[in-house]
Amino acid sequence: MTEISLAPGSRSTRPRSQWLDVWDQFRTHRGALAGTGFFVFVLFGVTIGPFVWTIDPQYIDILARDSGMSLAHPLGTDQLGRDTLARLIVGGQTSVAVGLTAMLLSLFLGTLVGVTAGYVRWLDGPLMRLTDLFLALPLLPLLLVIIMLFRETLRASFGPEAGIFVLIVVVISITSWMQTARIVRGDVLSLKEREYVLAAVSIGTPGRRIVVRHILPNVLSPIMVSATLGIANAIITESALSFLGLGFPSDFPTWGRLLYDAIDYLQQYPGRVVWPGLAISLTVLAVNYIGDGLRDALDPRIRGR
Amino acid sequence: MSPQADSEQRKLLVEVHNLKVYFPIHSGVFKRKTGDVKAVDNVSLDIGYGETLGLVGESGCGKTTAGRAILRLTHITDGTVKFRGQDVSSASLAEVREMRPSMQMIFQDPQESLNPRMTVASIIAEPLREHMDLNRAQIFDRVHELMDAVGLNRDFSNRYPHEFSGGQRQRIGIARALALNPELIVCDEPIAALDVSIQAQVVNLLDDLKESRNLSYLFISHDLGMIRHIADRVAVMYLGQIVELASRDDLYERPQHPYTEALLSAVPEADPVVERSRQRIILTGDVPSPANPPVGCNFCNRCPKSFKRCFTEEPALKQVASDRFVACHLHDTQV
Repeated sequence: MTEISLAPGSRSTRPRSQWLDVWDQFRTHRGALAGTGFFVFVLFGVTIGPFVWTIDPQYIDILARDSGMSLAHPLGTDQLGRDTLARLIVGGQTSVAVGLTAMLLSLFLGTLVGVTAGYVRWLDGPLMRLTDLFLALPLLPLLLVIIMLFRETLRASFGPEAGIFVLIVVVISITSWMQTARIVRGDVLSLKEREYVLAAVSIGTPGRRIVVRHILPNVLSPIMVSATLGIANAIITESALSFLGLGFPSDFPTWGRLLYDAIDYLQQYPGRVVWPGLAISLTVLAVNYIGDGLRDALDPRIRGR
Repeated sequence: MSPQADSEQRKLLVEVHNLKVYFPIHSGVFKRKTGDVKAVDNVSLDIGYGETLGLVGESGCGKTTAGRAILRLTHITDGTVKFRGQDVSSASLAEVREMRPSMQMIFQDPQESLNPRMTVASIIAEPLREHMDLNRAQIFDRVHELMDAVGLNRDFSNRYPHEFSGGQRQRIGIARALALNPELIVCDEPIAALDVSIQAQVVNLLDDLKESRNLSYLFISHDLGMIRHIADRVAVMYLGQIVELASRDDLYERPQHPYTEALLSAVPEADPVVERSRQRIILTGDVPSPANPPVGCNFCNRCPKSFKRCFTEEPALKQVASDRFVACHLHDTQV
């Protein structure tokens, strides 16, 4: 029979970890590699950076205010003479942390709601109406109300910075999970009618394992896309909140905060806008490329091309 | 009236009584139920141990739904399905799960029925992981054994379904169905999506496996030639109902129902001399909608032999000879 042809000897018959294949494919995506490189650099920069660049971001050196790039201040100083590089490093800690956590939380919420609504028929209506409700809520007034209500209690229990961090992460994720939920629900609705799901039912696989084994891996692509967009969205929302005075305190630097503080000086000192802006856009771009590469690497049909 | 009448000598694996699967139609502003699509309407059949029952009929006549209902993969409106004497139709989901290992299914579209994100080994191993308490090495050995049994190279175990041809994919599906040593396999048009040259391979493989593993098949197909090759008994379905059920040779040589006659007359002959003299019965009209079947016999509006009674009274599936059932007023002995 033609079916029993000889296989190229490269593939072993031992079960091979799928993650090795994923990594092999991921490596072939140049943008994803570059993105990973840059993202790792940013992560190291904001964690180890303060130990290397030891200037206190809060230290006010009024004599050196508004200085341009120099050896003492590689990225210049602001109107109070605070070092921009130091502020960028410390601000990055918050921005990246907020971005990642908020993205993860909103992804979790969105996927949970989407999969449940798509898979459990009687929950579809209620959950999707809930999603519509959240989509219809005007974002800004909602944020204002939430922050007014919970800021003080959270500050009291977690301390001023951690309290605000928790608040902002939660606020960003509960206002951004809806798109993910919508997309995931749609995909689950079509996937659960596929014959391989029926085959799993005929094997006797229980519902929760059908979801984990057959449905979730196949909705990974839209989830990945939402994830990468989510980080960017979270960083930008955080800056908007800080700008409105609802986010972190004004002396607490984040990338968004730096950007908004610098807008007043855009005409005289454009560099001050460029650096945080560049940090935000490059990080977002890097994450987008990582997501792109991961999506390709996780799809066996694309793998090996 | 039921096909079980003289089955004492045969040991029955599957017994289906008056199976009905209706899909409700909702219409109007308030989505009120306005009718039913009678996909499977009053079907009774049985399958003995080691037997292959062919289920033929044209597209949309309810073959697949009947097959799925027997495995309880779709809801059952009414009727009973017994598997090894156990009631499948009213069993709880946990009880059905217990029965799953001994009743499996092979699907029509091998591309659709394999998860594109799983390797061949993990697809075949899924039933093992669900139902058997084996360690990794044992699962691995069993998967290889199954791949050998269906004629797949062991080296392919880390590949993904899209890397295979249609015939090879169907072999993966067969290996998965065999994994738990089932007694019954419902083959839902397993060859319809394959090339003719591959069809023969897959059918012969199924035939060999049946011998070596003592399987029973419910073989759903619209290919009368294939059914003749593989089946022991054949049931012909039309519009959700069985119109004729008989042993293979009886059915092919002496069809009794006008619909069976018409179906068989459409099968081309390999011999050109015979082929030239083949008399085709051309049916007129279309298959009526299963949501609104005709009054009387379902086939009355297309039947070349219909008479007055056919339009008023629905014929029941009646035994006309030993292991021979026909639902047609022409064969009603009481008239």
